[in-house]
Amino acid sequence: MALTGLILFGYVLAHMIGNLQIFSPDRGQLNHYAAFLHASSNLALLWLARFILLGAVIWHIVAAVQLSKIKSDARPVGYVKKRDVPTSYAARTMMWSGPIIAAFVIFHILHLTTGAVLPLKEVGANQPDVRYNVVSGFQNPFVTGFYILAMVLLCMHLYHGLWSLCQSLGWISPRHNQKIKTTSAVLAIVICVGFISVPLAVLAGLVTY
Amino acid sequence: MTLDSKSPGGPIETRWDRHRFGLKLVNPANKRKHTIIVVGTGLAGGSAAATLAELGYNIKSFCFQDSPRRAHSIAAQGGINAAKNYHNDGDSVYRLFYDTVKGGDFRSRESNVYRLAQISVNIIDQCVAQGVPFAREYSGYLDNRSFGGAQVSRTFYARGQTGQQLLLGAYQALEHQIGQGRVKMYPRTEMLDLIMVDGRARGIVTRDLVTGRIESHFADAVVLATGGYGNVYYLSTNAKGSNCTAAWRAHKRGALFANPCFTQIHPTCIPVSGDYQSKLTLMSESLRNDGRVWVPVKKGDKRAPNQIPDAERDYYLERRYPSFGNLVPRDVASRNAKMVCDEGRGVGESGLAVYLDFRDAIARLGVDIIRDRYGNLFEMYERITGEDPYQVPMRIYPAIHYTMGGLWVDYNLMTNIPGLYAVGEANFSDHGANRLGASALMQGLADGYFVLPNTINDYIASSKLPKIDAAHPAVQDAERNVTEISQTLLGIQGSRSVDSFHRELGKLMWDYCGMSRTAEGLQHALNTIPALRDQFWRDVRVTGQGEELNQSLEKAGRVADFFELAELMCLDGLYRNESCGGHFREEFQTSDGEAARDDASFSYVAAWGYRGPGAAPELLREPLEFEYVHPAQRSYK
Amino acid sequence: MRIVLHIWRQRNASDKGRMARYEVPNVSEHMSFLEMLDVLNESLIARNEDPVAFDSDCREGICGMCGCMVNGVAHGPVPGTTLCQLHMRHFKDGDELYLEPWRARAFPVIKDLVVDRRAFDRLIAAGGYISVSTGSAPDGNAMLVPKKDADRAMDAAACIACGACVAMCPNASASLYMAAKVAHLGTLPQGQPERNSRVLGMVAQAKAEMFGSCTNIGECEAVCPKGIK
Ligand SMILES: Cc1cc2nc3c(=O)[nH]c(=O)nc-3n(C[C@H](O)[C@H](O)[C@H](O)COP(=O)(O)OP(=O)(O)OC[C@H]3O[C@@H](n4cnc5c(N)ncnc54)[C@H](O)[C@@H]3O)c2cc1C
Ligand code: HEM
Ligand code: HEM
Ligand code: SF4
Ligand code: F3S
Ligand code: FES
Repeated sequence: MALTGLILFGYVLAHMIGNLQIFSPDRGQLNHYAAFLHASSNLALLWLARFILLGAVIWHIVAAVQLSKIKSDARPVGYVKKRDVPTSYAARTMMWSGPIIAAFVIFHILHLTTGAVLPLKEVGANQPDVRYNVVSGFQNPFVTGFYILAMVLLCMHLYHGLWSLCQSLGWISPRHNQKIKTTSAVLAIVICVGFISVPLAVLAGLVTY
Repeated sequence: MTLDSKSPGGPIETRWDRHRFGLKLVNPANKRKHTIIVVGTGLAGGSAAATLAELGYNIKSFCFQDSPRRAHSIAAQGGINAAKNYHNDGDSVYRLFYDTVKGGDFRSRESNVYRLAQISVNIIDQCVAQGVPFAREYSGYLDNRSFGGAQVSRTFYARGQTGQQLLLGAYQALEHQIGQGRVKMYPRTEMLDLIMVDGRARGIVTRDLVTGRIESHFADAVVLATGGYGNVYYLSTNAKGSNCTAAWRAHKRGALFANPCFTQIHPTCIPVSGDYQSKLTLMSESLRNDGRVWVPVKKGDKRAPNQIPDAERDYYLERRYPSFGNLVPRDVASRNAKMVCDEGRGVGESGLAVYLDFRDAIARLGVDIIRDRYGNLFEMYERITGEDPYQVPMRIYPAIHYTMGGLWVDYNLMTNIPGLYAVGEANFSDHGANRLGASALMQGLADGYFVLPNTINDYIASSKLPKIDAAHPAVQDAERNVTEISQTLLGIQGSRSVDSFHRELGKLMWDYCGMSRTAEGLQHALNTIPALRDQFWRDVRVTGQGEELNQSLEKAGRVADFFELAELMCLDGLYRNESCGGHFREEFQTSDGEAARDDASFSYVAAWGYRGPGAAPELLREPLEFEYVHPAQRSYK
Repeated sequence: MRIVLHIWRQRNASDKGRMARYEVPNVSEHMSFLEMLDVLNESLIARNEDPVAFDSDCREGICGMCGCMVNGVAHGPVPGTTLCQLHMRHFKDGDELYLEPWRARAFPVIKDLVVDRRAFDRLIAAGGYISVSTGSAPDGNAMLVPKKDADRAMDAAACIACGACVAMCPNASASLYMAAKVAHLGTLPQGQPERNSRVLGMVAQAKAEMFGSCTNIGECEAVCPKGIK
């Protein structure tokens, strides 16, 4: 779990940074980046990355399913009345936020990678006009809404995920726990805000084609 | 029958060594072939079972709780004594020995007490090695405090949870052996009878408290570490489950019961708040260091404490004991509280409480220092009573806390029944008529870690112990006896609950065999108890069946035994025409109201033998000699 | 005051069990929670019904014997308090309380509110100790322990093995209980040699006992009567 979580986290971080290039004064920047990613010379690397990513997601999900199995085995009979004492809400909803994020990812790939949602514009062979695609995509408030929702869940998922990750990997000590918690929160929020900024900017018309 | 204490003679410093040298050993290879039953997993039983298993014996260990770690020892707060003299304040093995004999009001065996003081030193080492987190100084050295009015700092402690931490040490050692397969643990299992074959203890009959199954277990020796019998009073600081059943059923098989009337009362407990009260909670004695004890001068003065001006307060301890004041020993403080309450000057709704007031201490030292010293105790008090001791004085009252009496044992900790041993609070050995604070933990661990494992070999090495099995008539008889008792109790189907009888017995004992006793009071109790006991056997209502978890049935069996023990306690108290330690007979006091011993006629251990239902028990006397510490009158004026 | 109780009644391990409703009239605010149950049981006995079975021994918060879920919270609503230390003044007239036993595969119900916690002992037997045979110990002051370490060890050693952490954990994990023991022995120099075998042994045993795995939810700490962290 920890390992896959780490990979996934790494990806979203990188991905977010990639996305933020849309704000660069050079309107071509994002496309250049995409082009660079898709450049035939990097193709092998790209696919490698995609495989690792796919593997991580699958592994991650498998692990999550195992966790929930252990959980139900460990308490076959539930409580008639159970109050959740105030502890991290994110922690208890990992099993919800996770799948929704996964669903988002699928939609998202269909949307911006395969173009199944709306046709993608290419500036050249195997050179998506990412800027156009993103902007056009986010002109649709429903798409944007779903994106934003997903990002918020992702934020929660990452918040608990990261802190939990440190615990699982034994990066803990009574003294630092609070620090770790806040760091996780900050990272999660940064990522979420970073992502959300794009659709919002588009809606607000700050970023145009 | 005459009592042979087997106490060695000669210079007291070397008695234990010379005695040990005289004992036979069991060849390590043969230990495996011997099984020893240890009933009880408190400090005494837990440490004994673990140590005997380390030596190579097969151990069967029993407790009635769901885990060996829950034995009542867990509740001990204050600390454990040891003559380490780490503070160079004049302590020594000899001084601990001296203080214990004197504190016991000269009713204990010098040889045993000296050995206890010698061993106390090794106990601390052992516990530290096990990982007991004793309090430390900033330097990293072990910290000590002085406790229960001792003039030297010899008490080791782990916060307010010394008993818990020492027990966890023994428990972990025990679990280690269980993991190694050398100990078979039987939790939620109650010993209900002793199996005797050819005059030797060869096993026990138990009831599985979950399934109700009656089972027999055989062994080459049986060790009882089943704790004290303070719950005879119903209300005590003991855990709800603490009982005398194991010891008492052994007594009925012939084991002598010594000094049953020696019970200890703790002066600072939280008073009873209503008739639903189920147990009493002890507050550390240390409170008396800064708190001042008082009651109103006027009878039945119902004003709130803070409305009562100093002129109308009676700080009776300071008045009567100018030199010791509020720090007089437990029995003295307790008795005086009872006296003022009997005069009708007690406080609180029940009128059975006195004030322990921190007003002046707070004024003198400031709230912070007081919070620093007693914060957790004040919290505990507020949690239970809902009152804030920083604002209103605490209400306290004495409660039964410890029982010095128990099964008679010789220097080897063996009862008069060959092969039956008693350790810890269950035996009578080391505390005489009054136990010093922080000495029970010491004794339990001394018995279990160091004494018993050395003495038990001698018996096993020197006895012919043929195999026995379930078919043996003695086994059949014991099992029948146990089944009969349960069946009878379940069959009565009367109208009163077990607790209602236990409460009534407890009240009776508290009133007539409690803090202070009189001949006619004890006589009255002796006349009343049998009637109440008969009513119990006619009218008790035990619901449910025998073949299931049945807490009413468990209680009923224990209360049945308490009834019989109660009678013996009163009888013993009536025989002992003197006041000593915890046994205060109003007829025998000095002109200024202190306990008056009668060494000429009562310097002996009273060991009672069972002679059958209804028959008067037989009294055997073990005379006590004092070669080193010479009897003197205690005075705290 | 009057208290309405819904209590889990289950004759034995094989029985299915159900919630039953009881009323306890005129409860005094000074009663402890368990004394309130005593009163209920007295009335049940008077009606010739089987009293509610519940564990308790010391009744002062140190033995770890007592405990059940009160309205879905282990040991009831007051933090840092065992069930036996809980007093009725924290409730009000007419309150409805749901009492259920600890629920975990590793803690099978024996009867009513009584569960079998022997799995906790087996966890200790699997490594929660320091191996030192009686008599082999050096002088107590031979090995110095910094005060702060001794204090930290004591904090962890305060665990009373009540099982509330397991009962409350959504995963029924015993990790707080184990962490407490590991921290207790692991912070002390005496505990170093067996440090790793201890953890491995206990973790393996926890799996075998079917305790859940910890996903750091933190409800255990919230209900631990001894403030284990
Ligand atoms: C509140 C309180 C505070 C105390 N504080 C201190 C202190 O600060 N210092 C000090 O030195 N002493 C103190 N004491 C006294 C001391 O704690 C006890 O005397 C001592 O712990 C007794 O230990 P034990 O092993 O003999 O018996 P226990 O610890 O009582 O163990 C009895 C064992 O026997 C088992 N048992 C009993 N009957 C049966 C049966 N029929 N069948 C099977 N098993 C049975 C029980 O399950 C238990 O395991 C205190 C006592 C109390 C009540
Ligand atoms: C079906 C999809 C998913 C499910 C069911 C799921 C569920 C979970 C669960 C149960 C945990 C364990 C929590 C813990 O150990 O405390 C977890 C951790 C984590 N998840 Fe997910 N998740 C999913 C998808 C994702 C995605 C898409 C990402 C990243 C974009 C992600 C990032 C993380 C991270 C970083 C962790 C922390 C790893 C750890 O706890 O050791 N998850 N997830
Ligand atoms: C507003 C936020 C986001 C934007 C604007 C965005 C944008 C994009 C774009 C433009 C692509 C296509 C890139 C290309 O084909 O060259 C892409 C691919 C992808 N995105 Fe996002 N993304 C966002 C959020 C996310 C999040 C939160 C996740 C995961 C949790 C994610 C996972 C992916 C994946 C897995 C791909 C496929 C990469 C590949 O082609 O291998 N994205 N994203
Ligand atoms: S960690 Fe706390 S909740 Fe868990 S068993 Fe120990 S004391 Fe009880
Ligand atoms: S609640 Fe459970 S998930 Fe872990 S942090 Fe506590 S054990
Ligand atoms: S009964 Fe001992 S902790 Fe509650």
